[in-house]
Amino acid sequence: MRTKKIIPWLYLSPALAVLGFFLIYPSCHTFYLSFFDRTSTKFVGLSNYIYVFSNRVMITAFRNNALWVAVFTALTVFLGLVFAVLFDRVRYEVVVKSIVFMPMAISFVSASVIWKFVYAYKPAGVAQIGILNAFLARFGISPVAWLIQRPWINNLCLVVVGVWVWTGFCMVVFSASYKSIPKQLLEAARVDGAGEWRIFWSVIFPLLIPTLSVLATTMIVFVLKVFDIVYVMTNGNFATEVIANRMYKEMFQFRNFGRSSAIAVALLLLVTPVMLLNLRRIREER
Amino acid sequence: MTERVNRVLSRTALHAVVIFIALLWLVPTIGVLVTSFRPAQNVAQSGWWTVFWGISDSVRFTLNNYRIVLSKLGIGRAFLNSFVITIPATLIPLGIALFAAYALSWMRFFARATIFMIMVALLVVPFQMTFIPILRIFNKTGLAGTFPGIWLAHTGYGLPLAIYMLYNYISGLPKELFDSASIDGANTFYIFLRIVLPLSIPIIASLTIFQFLWVWNDLLVALIYLGGTPDVAPVTVQISSLVGSYGQDWELLTAAVFISIIPSLAVFFGLQRYFVRGILAGSIKG
Repeated sequence: MRTKKIIPWLYLSPALAVLGFFLIYPSCHTFYLSFFDRTSTKFVGLSNYIYVFSNRVMITAFRNNALWVAVFTALTVFLGLVFAVLFDRVRYEVVVKSIVFMPMAISFVSASVIWKFVYAYKPAGVAQIGILNAFLARFGISPVAWLIQRPWINNLCLVVVGVWVWTGFCMVVFSASYKSIPKQLLEAARVDGAGEWRIFWSVIFPLLIPTLSVLATTMIVFVLKVFDIVYVMTNGNFATEVIANRMYKEMFQFRNFGRSSAIAVALLLLVTPVMLLNLRRIREER
Repeated sequence: MTERVNRVLSRTALHAVVIFIALLWLVPTIGVLVTSFRPAQNVAQSGWWTVFWGISDSVRFTLNNYRIVLSKLGIGRAFLNSFVITIPATLIPLGIALFAAYALSWMRFFARATIFMIMVALLVVPFQMTFIPILRIFNKTGLAGTFPGIWLAHTGYGLPLAIYMLYNYISGLPKELFDSASIDGANTFYIFLRIVLPLSIPIIASLTIFQFLWVWNDLLVALIYLGGTPDVAPVTVQISSLVGSYGQDWELLTAAVFISIIPSLAVFFGLQRYFVRGILAGSIKG
């Protein structure tokens, strides 16, 4: 389209101004601040970074984020795929898909309360009001303090909340690409005598791999920044700390702007490789 | 004969598995819904599922929890605040992104591809990278703790995804439309209003829902820029502070949660089609 030179910039300027002010400038400034002390007055070199990568709580946070990345990503993607394929085979597909997808509309704060109630714990001998412990009690198993048992049970219990919310997202995306596979292809395999299991692994699964990789990267980028669930359910106590919650604490509780800037930069560094992968994919597609 | 029996068996197993999954996903939410209508002493003494067993004295329902939560615990106020925050924070970025995506798709100008790539790259910048510098500016200019402040912040954070999705859609509109319109002498703004906007309604609808749910469910951005002040706190912030002070009063927490998820569930179920379409446009095409 031929236009005067100035016109495109008129359309772009609000976006450029907002992005410049809210994303580009502050990111650079945060990077700069990460080399200064808690009040941003004295230059301290790399000492904030040394803290970030050696402090005990920070290392717990990195470990937990790694756990989130591994377990959350694996479960959401795996269950999303399984549900998409399973639900496709029943007539009430729309209903069950809506049920699994519904938590996407619920905030993490509400989801956390919902699950805190599922995990509710009372000492043995008292009537359990959390459904999970009540279930155990039926079989004579003593109640578990799900959110306190460190380090694996409580962290996994938090991950489950995220999985409950995000599996529906993966399922919907898988379902769309599953349905776009030509049915003749599956029929042909059936005629050739392949069983359903074989068809899944040799025909369906390879065709879904591009979708799987997009979803996996999306989940990883998202979950590296996980905050709300941990903030509401445990606030990082009992060895459940994660990077984003630590950054919030350093900023508001300890008022150490140098350290919290360094944590933010560390988060950016973790996300960057995944971002580069995505950018390359976008460039290839254009 | 055995083959038929096998088929019936495997169909039954399939239905059993699918229904089990649906129940598993639904049970936590049902627990919250039921509990929000039970009197406090019942909630503390027996599990919410006992109302289904029909044991006489545990089956009592009340609206009292909702009354307390709405008036005394500030959820009513927070609920309104959430709307005041969410509506402008949905519409402003959408408008700005439409202008930008239009220019990026259909105008030729210096550094167009680079600008687009930068905007897409910003998709993955963790918000944490921006908090400290922006909060400082907000504190100096009096925007901290105000609605316009958080509208602007959400505008900045929502823009990259909005521009990216709109770009994908608008750049795919047929070229002939633009050619014939500019031959007829229509100016760029006329083309924007008469061609781009009406044709982009589906993606605009998807994005509106996305951004609405995102802002409605947001906790972190509100915590940072609004602080804990009840005058301006949205419902997510209010609930997370109730978890701290009323952690064992499940009948109150569940009522608060249920109020908070009504609008998002309404939007979700009413417009699920657009929501799904938006997810697919954002993740598969991208």
